[in-house]
Amino acid sequence: MFPNPQLQSAPASPEALAAPQVSGAVALLQGLVAEGVDTIFGYPGGAIIPIYDALYDFQEQLNHVLVRHEQGGIHAAQGYARASGRVGVVFATSGPGATNLVTGLADAQIDSTPLVCITGQVFAHLLGTDAFQETDILNITTPVTKWNHQITDARDIPAALAKAFYIARSGRPGPVLLDITKNAQLQLFEHAGYEPCTHIRSYRPRPVVRPEYVQRAADLINQAQRPLVLWGQGVLLGQAEDEFREFIEKSGIPAAWTILGAGALPTGHPLNVGMLGMHGNYGPNVLTNECDVLVAIGMRFDDRVTGRLDKYARQAQIIHLDIDPTEIDKNVTATVPVWGDCKETLPLLTQLVAARQHPAWRQRFRDHDAEEVAAVIQDELFPTQDELTMGEVIHQLNELTLGEAIIVTDVGQHQMVACRYARLNHPRLSITSGGLGTMGFALPAAIGARYGAPHRTVVAVIGDGGIQMTIQELGTIMQTGIEVKILLLNNQFLGMVRQWQELFHERRYSAVEIASPDYVTVANGYGIAARRVEHRPDLQPALRQLLTHPGSFLLEVRVTRENNIFPMVPQGCGVGEIRLK
Amino acid sequence: MSKQEYNITAYTENQVGLLNRLAIIFSRRKINIESLNTSPSEIEGIHRFNIVVHESEEVVRKIARQMEKQVEVLKVYFNPNEEVIWQEMALYKVPTDVIAERALVERLLREHGARVVLIRKDYTVFETTGHREETDKLLAVLHPYGLIEFVRSARIAIIKTSQGFHHKLREFERQQPGEEVSENEFLDRRDKVFSM
Repeated sequence: MFPNPQLQSAPASPEALAAPQVSGAVALLQGLVAEGVDTIFGYPGGAIIPIYDALYDFQEQLNHVLVRHEQGGIHAAQGYARASGRVGVVFATSGPGATNLVTGLADAQIDSTPLVCITGQVFAHLLGTDAFQETDILNITTPVTKWNHQITDARDIPAALAKAFYIARSGRPGPVLLDITKNAQLQLFEHAGYEPCTHIRSYRPRPVVRPEYVQRAADLINQAQRPLVLWGQGVLLGQAEDEFREFIEKSGIPAAWTILGAGALPTGHPLNVGMLGMHGNYGPNVLTNECDVLVAIGMRFDDRVTGRLDKYARQAQIIHLDIDPTEIDKNVTATVPVWGDCKETLPLLTQLVAARQHPAWRQRFRDHDAEEVAAVIQDELFPTQDELTMGEVIHQLNELTLGEAIIVTDVGQHQMVACRYARLNHPRLSITSGGLGTMGFALPAAIGARYGAPHRTVVAVIGDGGIQMTIQELGTIMQTGIEVKILLLNNQFLGMVRQWQELFHERRYSAVEIASPDYVTVANGYGIAARRVEHRPDLQPALRQLLTHPGSFLLEVRVTRENNIFPMVPQGCGVGEIRLK
Repeated sequence: MSKQEYNITAYTENQVGLLNRLAIIFSRRKINIESLNTSPSEIEGIHRFNIVVHESEEVVRKIARQMEKQVEVLKVYFNPNEEVIWQEMALYKVPTDVIAERALVERLLREHGARVVLIRKDYTVFETTGHREETDKLLAVLHPYGLIEFVRSARIAIIKTSQGFHHKLREFERQQPGEEVSENEFLDRRDKVFSM
């Protein structure tokens, strides 16, 4: 079929009969099955046809979800990975198929999401010739992958795939890309069987914990009068939620979360004092600058969390638990670094810390909370004006999901509202694009999340800007019949940018008014039931319909146009300068 | 923090694409690489990068950590100049007739420890090895004599206090043994490898 001099199978010999001859494509799929993969998000094209041809015979074991755009494919794989804790798998062809993955790779890299992306590539003998649909995807993706590798010989496929899975999920997880030339996909070779990878000599994903640092951390905590814990996604990635909870409950330290850490401790837990950062809760931001010991667990002191660094927790001794040594001292210098997997370090720390309650200190958080309720939350969740607010939509949603649904959010105002107010009873219920802030993330990620956690209701909370970036994935929902609840909060603005233009650019609204199609008609066109509401009495029945309708449903809620998200730490200010209005 | 020259030594696997992966760690932070050399190391199959940058210690420490984080990098060290022995090589192409006519040049070359690599009718190539100032000095001296071509190599550096990389690799393997890691043949013969 492909007359090509490079395409040679091994010469037949008596020994060749010992191991079966398979193509590189078949070996790849066998490897995926061996790694426990059940779902692949992808889009075919010329340079990956042999893999798709082999997939024809693997339909029983591997469910391929045909997306509408490769970016949708990789975001779906991210949603799958975040909901399930497993590695997300993506197929794309060479050239534009591969370059369409770049945004998702960057997102997965900064949010530590384990992915294995397989891209087709032109025949090896065409590399570097500007062949049809050839791009140098390895060099394009190097800054946004944990590891990437090109395969030009089928015999390298099993070992490279094993390495890819091992790297993607171990240590601090991340995205990996394997670029496989078409000749390698077609080439027949003797396949001795798939061996998972458990060791790479140049790669040390599990640091050896040094007990003396744990001891020093415990000493600091035991002397502290006003300790504060900040936790991030590391607790979830390390599957250390139980260990974390035991540490918090024994030490009695109030704990605040980054948006990627949401859910590691249930929303209603008495020691959960809320969200950190630019639009986080008032108490944890203000008291970051009053605590005497700050215990950072699996978080990276992102600028959206710290605000201005020279005004950040200058009074505090800082304990930093992280698996990634590049994070320690990167933005905030640690008094005591505890390098290690928090699944391992937290129980050691729990053993050494004294059981305490810190009642007066915890009261400070409740006092600030009351201030925030009075100044912001009351009006947001129980508005007296006619128009609906985003906050009341999320609040009403909580009343129905009772904290048991997966909430996938896009990026912008609705994201901040959803993350601030969504009730989460369990880990892995909040999926959002944190570090990269990728608009268009939510719809495809929600599709993936549902595949990753089929027993959970998945609600995609999206703005009118974000949904128009990846709205084509409604086609994926249509074709697969996957059940996703789409909650579209439409304020007819690119709201977050509008808020900044209002607050910091004299209301010079530049390119933030965005028109929308008739979403109900669009959804119906894709065979998806839909409804629009704009009045308060309709809200709860509509939300109930969204959740109880058999199958996917799109609910568009028209919300107040020019609402601002508060509290807010303005850019360039310290966390102590957080504004309530 | 004040900036100075740092010598970064990275032990890596020999892998296509790794050079780019390491180079972008610098370019992303707008840090200029003053000199870059790759070579084999004391351990078979493990490559060694020597990279020179002019930066503060804090920046260099962070870069070294970022480099070490890459999957195919085994270990990264960084040292200021006084902690390493370092050399650069330079080649100078000069017209042979000028050299032949002026005995002065020959004396200069001797003073600068230069060696003749090639003599042809039309030109002669000299070579010298040393620190930047030394190779620069000869360059300045040869300029008036019709210097045709000049090139200087990247810096190579050896860390004065280093025990080599063998013990580190052995320690890695002790902490997290791999199933299929072949022991390096030099691991048991360190005295033969390190005669200094």
